[in-house]
This record gives sequence, structure tokens and C-alpha cells, in this order.
Amino acid sequence: MTELRHAISGTPPRPIRSPIDKIALLAAPGLLYLAVLYAIPLLLLLLQSFRSEDGGITLDAYTSFFAESYNLEVLLRTLRVAFLTTLLSLAIAYPTAIAMNRAKGVWLTVFLVAMVLPMSLGVVVKAFAWSILFRSNGALNQTMEFIGLIDAPIRMLFTETALVVGAANVFLPFMVLPIYAVLRQQDEALQHAAASLGAGPIFRFFNVSLPLTLPGIVAGAAFVFSMSISMYVIPSLIVGETQQTLPMLIARSFLYLRNEQLGSTISAILLIIAIVVVLSSSFLAARLGAKE
Amino acid sequence: MTRTDQIFSRLSWAIGLATAAFLMLPIVITVVVSFSASPVYTLPPPDWSLRWYEALQRKSGLVEAVILSLNLAVLSTAISLALGTAAAIAVARGQFPGRAGVGTFVVSPLMMPGLVLGVAMLQFFRDIGLRDAYWSLLLAHVVITLPFVMRTLLAAMGSFDFSMIDAARTLGMSYPKAIAKVLIPNLAPAYLTGGLFAFLASMDNYPISIFLTDAWNKTLPIKMLQYLEEQPDPSIAAMSTGLILLAIVVLAIGARTVGLNRMIQG
Repeated sequence: MTELRHAISGTPPRPIRSPIDKIALLAAPGLLYLAVLYAIPLLLLLLQSFRSEDGGITLDAYTSFFAESYNLEVLLRTLRVAFLTTLLSLAIAYPTAIAMNRAKGVWLTVFLVAMVLPMSLGVVVKAFAWSILFRSNGALNQTMEFIGLIDAPIRMLFTETALVVGAANVFLPFMVLPIYAVLRQQDEALQHAAASLGAGPIFRFFNVSLPLTLPGIVAGAAFVFSMSISMYVIPSLIVGETQQTLPMLIARSFLYLRNEQLGSTISAILLIIAIVVVLSSSFLAARLGAKE
Repeated sequence: MTRTDQIFSRLSWAIGLATAAFLMLPIVITVVVSFSASPVYTLPPPDWSLRWYEALQRKSGLVEAVILSLNLAVLSTAISLALGTAAAIAVARGQFPGRAGVGTFVVSPLMMPGLVLGVAMLQFFRDIGLRDAYWSLLLAHVVITLPFVMRTLLAAMGSFDFSMIDAARTLGMSYPKAIAKVLIPNLAPAYLTGGLFAFLASMDNYPISIFLTDAWNKTLPIKMLQYLEEQPDPSIAAMSTGLILLAIVVLAIGARTVGLNRMIQG
């Protein structure tokens, strides 16, 4: 039957192969490794959070977590900081990616070095450098006082704003590079075509550039958001114990309080959020890919 | 170009250059602080000195931490490159159900919260009775590095012409030899990029390692955070300056052999 259909439609029949061939087996070692050391541990963690003491299934761990208003506050703060960090990163990254795409020669090198070199500075040192800047007698306050922006030093360290700025600084390359990658593949002629048909720059941005760069934006935003909800070193150096986030609660319950039950529950909650981000971003990416 | 176009263009240049400066800011601060004569972090420093570079020698456990981190980064990157090459060939050439899903799965550890992975691994290793900190760390660091390697290798092999492998085999090479002599040299930029990012990710990992270390096996980021909490003097800045120098050398070599843009885009 299929042969007949191919004969009629004129497409050559696809070679018939068994569903799994020898080359496919090459994936086995890597997949097995990740299954045992990555997927199974996460699955066990997730399952354990639903297990009651007598071995049944229960939501007790979650209900008692959400019953405390402090925990809710921490959850909301974590999501808010991640959202603001993603938003700030996108606002800075988009124009930067455009400038990078137009840059040539030395300027391109400057941009590329600025993206990669900071990665060699560990996140511990980077966060510490920001905590130095944000101190009330720090360079940032002195500069702002000097140029007359403020009258007296303002408190910046230990604030959420400082955390968002510091986090955006660390994660920015992960937003710029995906957008830059899609911009590079874009045909400049599209812009000229739209312009010659009378489309103004703002209309062109929303109807030509933005839709074409959406896959890059989705990839970058998913990356930055998931890294922001799980950051630990940056908030512990910039905001400290006063304003906890979910990862800080996890670390505290395991490393200081020795309360594994609580730590596992928060871990499971953070894991569920991360999985939702991954799934929704790959769903969005697939839809955007299908449209093209 | 209309006037609005020009304004847009200038604005993106201004923001772009400001971003570059913003990104370099922590590096500048670290380098400046490392040459400061003052033990507190006043900027600009009151006087210049090299005392923090000398103080580095007296930091106990620092050399051990650097050696452990280098050891883990080199080994885990090498294992990931081997596992990743095989898996990427399978995804690019093999026929099996769920091929696209494999790509998503192997890159997904990148987006999972590090602390949660650390907790899950800690509990898993305890369940199976693995108590050795070094082996726990090495096993975990392969999970950290593999996604970086896979991401670049999958992209590179997607556009590699596998008929070159067939040609090499017709000329009498075995399949593994054809991979080693034809595929890997052709994809050298991807190997360099994936390997470099994997290496850096392993060197920099804090959230997973913190759950798997013991008193004798502390990686560099853990040791550095510990120093900063106990005795925050600029000697950490001095050591970081050394690492930055090393990174500049690596980048310069990469830029000469592969080209920066290709290196970053994978």
C-alpha cells in the first residue's frame, strides 16, 4: 500500500529500518549515566516529599509548608526577584544584542570579551565584588554623592534592588547570546523591504524584528529565570540572612538546622517550579518553531 | 535611514557599550582591590601594594582546594566529552523513537536548581552507600559538565556532513577510527567551546558541591566563600586576578585558533 502511494506521489520510499539501529546504542552510556545519577535521584526526592510516615501518600509536607505565612513570603520573594531579574536582563540584553550584531572588528571583540571574560571570575568573587560596590561607604554611593544624585549615602546592600542588579550582571550573557544568535541569522533585507514598503521603525520593530527574535528571547528568559530562582551564592553575599529565598531556606534547613524533612519539601517545590519553566519554555519554543 | 532609525541605532550602541562596561565592572573591582594596601575594601584604594599576593601563600588549604577543583574539572570534562560524543552521534545519525526528547533531556540539568540536585544526589549516594566525598563529587561534576558539552556537540553535529565518515570507512578505516580522525578534528571548535564552558562550570560550581564535600575535600568556590565569611581580606581578590589572567591567556589562544565569535556560538 505504502509503495503504491509513493509511486503515485512520486516521493521515493524511505528506507525501511528497524526502530532502533546500532548507532542509536551509542546514546546508551550517556543516557544511562544521567538516568542513574540525575533523573532517579530527582525522582526519589520528589516521591519522598509525598510519602507519609506510615508509607502512604500524603500532601502533609506541602500543606504545612504553605500554612506558614513566612514560607509564602519567601516563595513570593524568590519568584519576584527572578521575574525582575529576567525583565531587567531582557531590557538590557535586547539593545545590546542589536549593537553586537552591527558591531565589526575591534568593537565586536570588545562585546564578545565582555560576554565571556566575566565567566572566568567565579560567581563567589563576582557577588563579593558587588557587595563591595553596594556598601554604604562604597564606590557607588560615593560616585552618586559626588555627581549630586543623592545627598547622603543610601542603603543598598541587603536590598532586593541590589540583588536584582547583581543577579542580572551575572546572568546577562545567557540572555544576550541567544538573542544575538537569532539576530545573526536574520536577513537584513527584510528590514529594508519593510522600510521600502513604508513601515516606520516602530512598526518594523513590532512586526518584523520582534517576532523573528522571539525564539531567542524565550530561550534566554527561560535560562535567566530558572537560574534566578535557584541562585544561592549571590543572595547570601548581597542580601544575607535578612531576606531569605527558597534556595537559602534549603541550604539553611540542611546545613544548619539539620531539618531534612523541611529541606526536602522546599527542594521538591523548587524542583516543580523549575520543571514547569523548562516544559513551558520548550512548549513555547516548539510553537514558535512550528509557526515559521 | 530616517531620523528615528538613527536615534534607535545610537541608543542601542549606547546601551550596548554601557552593558559591556557593566559586565566588566566586577573584574575591574577585583583587580583594583587585589592591589590595595588596605585590608578593608575602600575604593579607590588609599595606597597600592602586593601584600595580598604574598598573603596567598599563608592561606591554609587553598592550594589543596585549587588542585581538587582542577582535578574534578579536567576529569569530569574529559568523561563528558567521551559520553557526549557518543550520545551526540546517536542523536544526529541514529534511528530510534524519542530522538528529539533525548536532546532536551541531556541538556536539562542546566536548568535544574543546583541546590536541589545537590540534595537529591546526597540522599541518593547515601541510599546506595557511597560515602567517599571525592567520588561523589566526580560523579556529580559529570552531570554538571555533560549538558554544556552536549549543547555544543548537538548543534555542531547537526550541520556536520556524515558522508565524510562513510567515505573514510570506504577507504578502510574502522568506525571508531573514522570518528577520531575525521569527525573530531572537523568539529574541533565545538570541542574547544563545549569543553571550555564545561570546565568553567565545574570550576565554579558551588550549590551541588556543598552537599557532597567533607572536611578534607573542599572545592575552590567553597573554600573561597568560607574565607570571605571568616576573614574577608583582599587575598581572594589576588587569587581571582591570577585566574582572570589565566582566562585571558586561554581566550587569546581560543581567539587565534578558532575565532571568538565561533567559540561563543559553538
